[in-house]
Amino acid sequence: MPDTITLQVARYRPDTDAAPTMQEYVVPLRQEWAVLDGLNYIKDQLDGTLSFRWSCRMGICGSCGMTVDGDPALTCGTFLADYAPGPVRVEPLANFPVIRDLVVGIDDFMRKLPKVKPWLVREDEPGVADVEFLQTPPQLDEYQQYSMCINCMLCYAACPVYAIEPDFLGPAAIALAQRYNLDSRDQGAHQRMDVLATAEGVWACTYVGECTSACPKGVDPAGAIQRYKLTAATRTLRSFLPRGER
Amino acid sequence: MARRSSSEAIGWLLFSAGGMVSALLVPVLLLLFGVVFPLGLLAPPEHAHLSAVLRHPFIRIALFVLCMLSLLHWAHRFRYTLHDGLQLKQLNKLINLLCYGGVVAGSSWAAFVLFG
Repeated sequence: MPDTITLQVARYRPDTDAAPTMQEYVVPLRQEWAVLDGLNYIKDQLDGTLSFRWSCRMGICGSCGMTVDGDPALTCGTFLADYAPGPVRVEPLANFPVIRDLVVGIDDFMRKLPKVKPWLVREDEPGVADVEFLQTPPQLDEYQQYSMCINCMLCYAACPVYAIEPDFLGPAAIALAQRYNLDSRDQGAHQRMDVLATAEGVWACTYVGECTSACPKGVDPAGAIQRYKLTAATRTLRSFLPRGER
Repeated sequence: MARRSSSEAIGWLLFSAGGMVSALLVPVLLLLFGVVFPLGLLAPPEHAHLSAVLRHPFIRIALFVLCMLSLLHWAHRFRYTLHDGLQLKQLNKLINLLCYGGVVAGSSWAAFVLFG
């Protein structure tokens, strides 16, 4: 294995650059170094002006998502040695506006997320804090997979539908809606249906499946969306029945 | 807020139904009439017998529904392969015309062969 590897990093400084450019940096290549370690080496040793987001370094916080050699990835879990001898291209996540260098703006997602009410909705109780809601292990299994989402935005960067239909609610928001719809303690499924069963909701998804491939946490957003399509379609058919039969 | 969409739901149900009937019936028909009977692995039915089966209105309707739903499934999937996969959004109208026009043409041909 060579001692160094070249990182081709996308740079964009809105105050001086008209468009993003690529800049090359040579960083040490170590077996245990992730792409994020390379970026931090650049920031600390070579060029303090490089901007990127990161926090936990262990795939929990979801802030270091970038495009590595064309694929959306968490840079803390993507190892330089896998790209040896390089070079490795590091760009901001696709489908989002770039604020600076590798930092993207996720305002669009932050606007969409609360629309699906990603919290426990209770209609018949005074509040979750006042009572204990028991749940069996099978009931937990129903939604646990979707609760692993860390909002890293890799699924939005991977989704070709989101690329051409910016109004699409998107994989993570729908998977998080399902995380609560499938929770035995939740009673908000019919409220979420007004957002999910729309042309910008699940029906915009054409089941490309890239979201599930890109997810670093094993969530299956494509599966969540397909499952919800069946729920929404069944509800539509039932709406044609006479009122008493629904 | 966007309205709930019934037409998308019905379209998706037809697409799903097409996928299911194609997956269940087409391989069986292809295996029987494309491999097993021509290779003589099973004795093929008499022509008169098969002809009588095909004359039954229920069989004709079932075959017509199979053809139509399979074509619908293809159209829906192929449309989105072009639209999303190849990012040909600007050719949307032409793609829709080709795909769903193909369904109408193919279904009409199937109706002509089966009922004509």
